[in-house]
Amino acid sequence: MSFVTVRSVFQTYGSRPIIERVNVDVDEGEFISIVGASGCGKSTFLRLLLAQERPTRGEISIAGAPPAREPGLDRGIVFQRYSVFPHMSIRENVMAGESFRRGWGRFWGAERKAALARADETLARIGLDHVADQYPATLSGGMQQRLAIGQALVARPRVLLLDEPFGALDPGTRIAMHDFLTDLRTETGMTVFMVTHDLEEAFKLGDRVLVFDKPRWDPQDPNLNGATITYDFDARNGGIPFQTLKEETHVLEEH
Amino acid sequence: MRLINIIPGRALAAFLVLLPFALVLIAYAIGSDFRLTANPSDKLLPAPSTIGDTVVRLTTEGDRRTGDILFWLDTWASLKRLGLGIGISASLGLLFGLLIGLLPLVRSTLNQFVAVLSMIPPLALLPILFIVFGLGELSKVVLIVVGTLPFIIRDLSQRTIEIPQELLVKAQTLGASTWVIAIRVALPQIMPRLIQSVRLSLGPAWLFLIAAEAIASDAGLGYRIFLVRRYLAMDVILTYVIWITILAFLIDWALRYASRKFFPWAEEGL
Repeated sequence: MSFVTVRSVFQTYGSRPIIERVNVDVDEGEFISIVGASGCGKSTFLRLLLAQERPTRGEISIAGAPPAREPGLDRGIVFQRYSVFPHMSIRENVMAGESFRRGWGRFWGAERKAALARADETLARIGLDHVADQYPATLSGGMQQRLAIGQALVARPRVLLLDEPFGALDPGTRIAMHDFLTDLRTETGMTVFMVTHDLEEAFKLGDRVLVFDKPRWDPQDPNLNGATITYDFDARNGGIPFQTLKEETHVLEEH
Repeated sequence: MRLINIIPGRALAAFLVLLPFALVLIAYAIGSDFRLTANPSDKLLPAPSTIGDTVVRLTTEGDRRTGDILFWLDTWASLKRLGLGIGISASLGLLFGLLIGLLPLVRSTLNQFVAVLSMIPPLALLPILFIVFGLGELSKVVLIVVGTLPFIIRDLSQRTIEIPQELLVKAQTLGASTWVIAIRVALPQIMPRLIQSVRLSLGPAWLFLIAAEAIASDAGLGYRIFLVRRYLAMDVILTYVIWITILAFLIDWALRYASRKFFPWAEEGL
């Protein structure tokens, strides 16, 4: 069985269908890019994966667990904005990834010291150690998103969800963030879902690219039909399929 | 150059700040001088020098009967009532504001109720408070609480609702319980707002305090003003009014300072 299983998911707001008949299987460690026009249910699908909303019909299960009823530790999320806590310093933001699951939401004594050391390690890895004591408002957009990703990863989620994480960044910073994300991914081997508007980004980062679109379009009532996954591209090897050999070839290895 | 683009320099800005104060003082001095030349025993607009003498007399000389300096006793009595009233309002307001803002169950239960409660004119309740709590300290403190609490609850619950949903979802994905979200995400975010709320409530709080003291009390700034009104002691009234203004201004300034000092991340909007 696949790691993330989405089975005939429908989501309807009032009488208006947003997404219909979504079926997808994702293996552990895959990077899934989700693209599509505005209003085609990309973000709705991500909210369903996050369990922030529950589908009208169908189920989503991660690692064989029963469908979640609310967001939890197994799903990490990075939004385009408001992903870090503005009232905490950068270091506290990173520590929150570990301490929020505790009864009082913080560490005390020796545990706190250990957590501080770990936080500093994480900060050094994501390149924010020089601003550890500042508040997020003083950071640039790219640094804030790096912090948000770092914070989400500290909690060690099974699945990382990214909702247009680089949408508000300038092109240079965006490319730097791509490298950052690729590095983190090779390090952690995490399953990632990323919603983006940028096709190039989707193919560059993703193993698979899912396209959300409305398969049927009623000119009298454009809202009558919901969107679904219309294409599922293999985006490895620069988007050119069948580049990896599936058979064992012993010929070249023979002496 | 357009008027909207003319920005005063430092010196001019300072002068402009002081100008209205100076104008009022000058206008008062001239008016007082007019009346006093016409009738030297006029009590309506005492000369600024007379007020100065009164200030010194009130703040240094003890009462003839008890030897206590009434000015400071009044100040202490009033500040105690004000502090208690506002303190209770702020604590309850914070608690209920958080509950209503964070928990949909409590919001459904209390939101409309508080909205209706806040429409009751607090002064109309004063007779009831006097009957129920007696004429002592309690009824005055309760009046301040009744008068300011609904506003603080509504303001803080609204601010809590306005905390971006993304932050609450993020906290949940980090494994935070409702309690942790309340104390680690929502509470620190609305603390600066609480200070703002208290600053806005201080005006009404003084109003209710002075009203309650004027009707039934034996000490307090409001009580003294209404007491000496019988003797047309304008110099005493003016001294007290200026003193209340200074106190209110200082409290406001201290709160603003505290907000900047303790919540530096919430710089904008303070």
